[in-house]
Amino acid sequence: MGQKYLMKGNEAIAEAAIRAGCKHFFGYPITPQTEVAAYMAKQMPKIGGTYLQAESEVAAINMVLGAAAAGVRAMTSSSSPGISLKTEGISYIAGSDLPCVIINVMRGSPGLGGIQPSQADYWQATRALGHGDFQVIVFAPSSVQEIVDLLGKAFDLAEKYRMPAMMLADGMLGQMMEPVEFPETEPKMAEKPWAVTGHNNERPHNIINSLYLTPSDLEEIVVNRFKRYDEVKKNEVMYEAYQAEDAEFGVVAYGATARVVKSAVNQAREKGIKVGLLRPITVWPFPEKEVAAFGNQVKKLLCVEMSMGQMIDDVKLAVNGSCPVEFYGRTGGVVPSPAEVLKAIEEMAK
Amino acid sequence: MEKDRWITIITGHYGSGKTNLAVNLALDAKKSGQPVTVIDLDIVNPYFRTADFSKLFSQEGIEIIAPVYANTNLDIPALSGAVDGVLRQKKGVIIIDVGGDDAGAIALGRYSEEIRDVGYELIYVINCYRYLTKNPEDALTVMREIEAASGLRATKLFNNSNLGKETDGETVLRSIPFAEECETVSGVPLWATAVESRYADELSSYSIYPVTIYVGPNF
Repeated sequence: MGQKYLMKGNEAIAEAAIRAGCKHFFGYPITPQTEVAAYMAKQMPKIGGTYLQAESEVAAINMVLGAAAAGVRAMTSSSSPGISLKTEGISYIAGSDLPCVIINVMRGSPGLGGIQPSQADYWQATRALGHGDFQVIVFAPSSVQEIVDLLGKAFDLAEKYRMPAMMLADGMLGQMMEPVEFPETEPKMAEKPWAVTGHNNERPHNIINSLYLTPSDLEEIVVNRFKRYDEVKKNEVMYEAYQAEDAEFGVVAYGATARVVKSAVNQAREKGIKVGLLRPITVWPFPEKEVAAFGNQVKKLLCVEMSMGQMIDDVKLAVNGSCPVEFYGRTGGVVPSPAEVLKAIEEMAK
Repeated sequence: MEKDRWITIITGHYGSGKTNLAVNLALDAKKSGQPVTVIDLDIVNPYFRTADFSKLFSQEGIEIIAPVYANTNLDIPALSGAVDGVLRQKKGVIIIDVGGDDAGAIALGRYSEEIRDVGYELIYVINCYRYLTKNPEDALTVMREIEAASGLRATKLFNNSNLGKETDGETVLRSIPFAEECETVSGVPLWATAVESRYADELSSYSIYPVTIYVGPNF
């Protein structure tokens, strides 16, 4: 690790991607993620990379498909409404077994919604980033440093499992500034014998495709893909437990909301409430076993989100009725305050 | 400050700390008994802007002029018509918080003629811990771009080098050679270095401006 810099979350996304060997970025501006594209536009020409502002989000994601098919590290970035536009392309990328990284800096929704922070795209990210049977690895960083730490990993895992990876951030994380250090390790690109780079009459054609004319062929491809998903679930779950060891009450929260919750947990501890936080760092794969164990340990769980309650579904599935799961959330671009979350913790502990 | 009105303009690279300086300058100017108006001219940044401090300003009797749609869900870079009125009629101190880089300074260019007529200080805020302005050459390139976009000259440098919540006296001390080199290379005088009041003693041999931190998330 070297020198520390003060960076906006969005800038850190862009710089970390460049350092992870991403030289191909295709984007389209939308608040609150535009700094990602602006940073790429400034820096890509300096490193011999490609920054392209596409004519739409649909075009940008299809350019990512093309670049990924050619074997390079490619990325696109948007915010909620723009991600909805990209979902067709994401499904094609997943159906073509291509690695790439997609950034979603979530904002208020549905529809055009608003430009303030939100976490209302959890269902979309973990269940419906397009049509069809597929998953995307979804990282949910909680600090600007964690964005930096996870972005290289997102590219690595996307290549290892040949699937898209998403960085699910929110407007608060994208816009806030924190000190960061960049790792001084060189990116390790995976071998890509499947890439369409020209065969030079030395090997058979490589074909990147998501169309299968025979149902049983498509079924076999999808079933095999799900075997890879099982490996991801087994190997790649990430989470953080905070003040959880002796907790009698538990909170589950991710992203910037988890930062608010940490403040509230500290305040609740000062008031003598034994409460802890379990923070999923990957939301797909979801830390099912860890949340289940936490549910068995505590009397009650509280899920806090900047939405009407979406991750709470995964929490309830994980605990499978072993303890009550309560909810506190703000939506529409409203960020909960530590005082509000403390009140919800106090209610739970009554 | 002998004139009836005076305009202080705060410019800089994105995230160099312009808004926090604007809030500190406004509160300090108010303490000296002058009427103070803050103009939030940021048409770039959606969050963390001077309009966030409307409540504090109104408690302190400071007028704030912000883009009509600041801190709403409408993403429109529209300036308030009230800006012209303030620049032409107001007495007292006018502090203009400009958006980052040359992109933000374009809005300032719209008012350059009126500003030149009144007389102004244009403060260029530098922070050596910002990745894209980490050396004097890059920091001063951004300054020249801002001057070109605004049609106004930087008259003072302000060293606001910081690492957010991890800033201490040592962090600020390490930035002094950078700030001094910016002054030497540009010929624009270094007005002061910002330091949180509790670390002011560590930098007592330098020209410092003790500040309170207002800008940041709620946790």
